Amino acid sequence: MMFEWFNVILVIFLIVCAIAVERTKDLLAAVIIFASYSLFMSVLWLLLAAPDIALTEAAIGAGVTTLLFLVVISRTTRMEK
Amino acid sequence: MNDLIVKLISRLLIPFIQLYGIYIILHGHLSFGGGFSGGALVGSSLMLYAIIFGLKESEKKLPHSVSQFIESFGVLAYIIIGFIGMILVGSFLSNKSAGFSLGEFGTLFSAGMIPLLTLAIGIKVASTMITLLQRLLKEDSHD
Repeated sequence: MMFEWFNVILVIFLIVCAIAVERTKDLLAAVIIFASYSLFMSVLWLLLAAPDIALTEAAIGAGVTTLLFLVVISRTTRMEK
Repeated sequence: MNDLIVKLISRLLIPFIQLYGIYIILHGHLSFGGGFSGGALVGSSLMLYAIIFGLKESEKKLPHSVSQFIESFGVLAYIIIGFIGMILVGSFLSNKSAGFSLGEFGTLFSAGMIPLLTLAIGIKVASTMITLLQRLLKEDSHD
């Protein structure tokens, strides 16, 4: 019962993060919100009994994707026009 | 990127990321994770180094030709290990029937050839990631 409510809280946080990524005009802030989205997604994978997917999500979703987006932002502009 | 704090923290952090990735690769047949997860961790540490210290320093540590060679070697090792079973027994990737010792269950040296396969996948994934990033950074470094 406790874990189900924890799942619900995590899913609500995911939805809030996804909407915030879409709404924000600052692309650097959007990338950081997207990294936190991946982090909570990896916690959710762990609760869904898939620890290997959680590891991969934490390494690729929160690590590599953020790095690549940061490189792209440093080459272009930070604010959305 | 020319920031002192970022350089110092990443210099401290990169060995531990690599150690954790190698741990996951070597324990791929015992616990969760395996070649892809561990290889992604090692590759992301190499990518972090390439982004923080620049393309030139990264190519000094791991030249593009060498990482390309390692990348092909990973696939080749997987196929060769698979063909050992095919030659000896007749089916691709056959493990116990091809004479690989299964060892004692739960120890590090067990499960026949699966640790070797996991190691090959880890090498392949890690070097693919760093090759991809080096190629991407090199593409528009003409400015």
